[in-house]
Amino acid sequence: MSTEKKKKFLQGNEACIEGALYAGCRFYAGYPITPSTEVMELMALSLPKVGGKFIQMEDEIGSICAAIGGALAGEKAMTGTSGPGFSLKQEALGWACMTEVPLVIVNVMRSGPSTGYPTGPSQSDVMQTKWGSHGDKPTITLVPASVQELFYETIRAFNLSEKYRTPVIVLFDEVIGHMREAITIPEPGEVEVLERRKPTCPPEDYRPYAIQNGEVAPLAPFGEGYRFHVTGLYHAEDGFPTANQQYIHDTGMRLVNKVEHNQDDICENEELFLDDAEVVVFAYGVSSKSAKFAVKELRAGGVKAGLLRPKTIWPFPSNALDKVVAAGNVKKIIVPEMNLGQIYGEVQKVVAGRCEVQGIFRVDTEPIHPKQIMSAVLGHQVEPTVIPDEVLIERPMDG
Amino acid sequence: MSSRYELRFSGSGGQGMILAGIIMAEAASIFGGKEAAQSQSYGPESRGGASKSEVIISDEPVDYPKATSIDAMLAMTQESCSKYYKDVKKDGILLIDSTEVKDIPEGPFKLYSYPIIDTARNELGKVITANIISLGMITELTGIVTHEAIEKAVLSRVPPAFLELNKKALQVGFERASELKAAG
Repeated sequence: MSTEKKKKFLQGNEACIEGALYAGCRFYAGYPITPSTEVMELMALSLPKVGGKFIQMEDEIGSICAAIGGALAGEKAMTGTSGPGFSLKQEALGWACMTEVPLVIVNVMRSGPSTGYPTGPSQSDVMQTKWGSHGDKPTITLVPASVQELFYETIRAFNLSEKYRTPVIVLFDEVIGHMREAITIPEPGEVEVLERRKPTCPPEDYRPYAIQNGEVAPLAPFGEGYRFHVTGLYHAEDGFPTANQQYIHDTGMRLVNKVEHNQDDICENEELFLDDAEVVVFAYGVSSKSAKFAVKELRAGGVKAGLLRPKTIWPFPSNALDKVVAAGNVKKIIVPEMNLGQIYGEVQKVVAGRCEVQGIFRVDTEPIHPKQIMSAVLGHQVEPTVIPDEVLIERPMDG
Repeated sequence: MSSRYELRFSGSGGQGMILAGIIMAEAASIFGGKEAAQSQSYGPESRGGASKSEVIISDEPVDYPKATSIDAMLAMTQESCSKYYKDVKKDGILLIDSTEVKDIPEGPFKLYSYPIIDTARNELGKVITANIISLGMITELTGIVTHEAIEKAVLSRVPPAFLELNKKALQVGFERASELKAAG
């Protein structure tokens, strides 16, 4: 009976909120949308029980703005949505990046563009998480691929948002959000949870955007006597707008580089059979589940296939990918995605012609079938296949 | 990977096929000591349309949660049967509701046919127990989880007032499937 008690059979969306609560999230503002609605519903049920607050706002814009407010008031805050709602949140997301507000945003991807096919999975918001909001900005995006991992990665999202004082996006899709698996929820204290750093200086000396050792100052919660200005305009140490071009340059660079220069701290990857792999599948999220199945099947048949699975897609794990390519064994990299090649292009940039890169893209709301990946690795169709030819889009290496 | 066992529960939205999948997966993982993943596919409508729920049971963690080559499938409607039966593997099991599915698919699988929904309505007095009867039948036909495990999983999911009804529905499922097997 003891093992029955420790394990819980949960949906991905449930594991996400369990992770958020474990990490200390105590404020959620949201607006329901398939296939993310369970995240909101369960936060509404759970937060009052732990002394937190939940509010359903009038729309997605209001939701992220309320979550930013909650974060500025000192709470660990979260909002969640799917593609159409994520589009609406973009302006405020950029604002939170600029004002350096720790925040976690969940996007359970569905088929787009527009309202698309609400109950169908997709991976087509990957580029939107990086470029959806105007301006160069820091982007941390985690792409968990199982129910248990969703629990851990949501905790990591909160930790990273506190550490780097920036919004973090937890990006998954309808399959991961709605699938159920048995997971184990660790006891409090078993998994590291970072708490927000607070200023120790007297309120009159507080400079919310002062930089020390390259890091921005701790964030003071509103309501504790520290009064400061928060604006989306380029701002000086005190938070008020500035027109100093050197300062604008330094701040713009610092915002992006606080993420890009810490790739090795932020990025986590799973590696499978890479030591002698001649064909490597680079896959994330739901497509990595197909890839893992395919790679194990191929290995069982003596084919030298491997898997590189990023758990963090932004910053792009270029160091890990470069290491695999530089080792020299790899003849081909296959990138399966439920979009038309968003990460395929990023892989090409890193590979830079050193080996072949082939994409497998699907946008018909069915996950990529493992046999599509096996066929791409082997260079011929694996029979029997249930995939009609017209949904299989492959792109050879450019140039 | 050879221990991978794939099940698909299909019917129309509102028939409890997704719940059937969840209960089967819980029987295997929480009460059966195996690994299991349950996933689903459904249309935007809350009732009607073809809906399916898939369960992968394995001795190892499940890498891919969707069916690739199905060991056992349930079809409660004609639409879901016609749409989804093709993935049932050679010597796999296809259980259909004999009242609903008139266009009976042909293939190298073992076909079992039974009036599941009529039985729920007439013998149990509640049509909503059809998914629990079918869980009993699938359990008996496949042997992939024990009677005890599926019963624990069913009972942990239903409201107290309906415990006895669902216990009975499950029992009816075991018995009818056992008779079907005996009849070959």
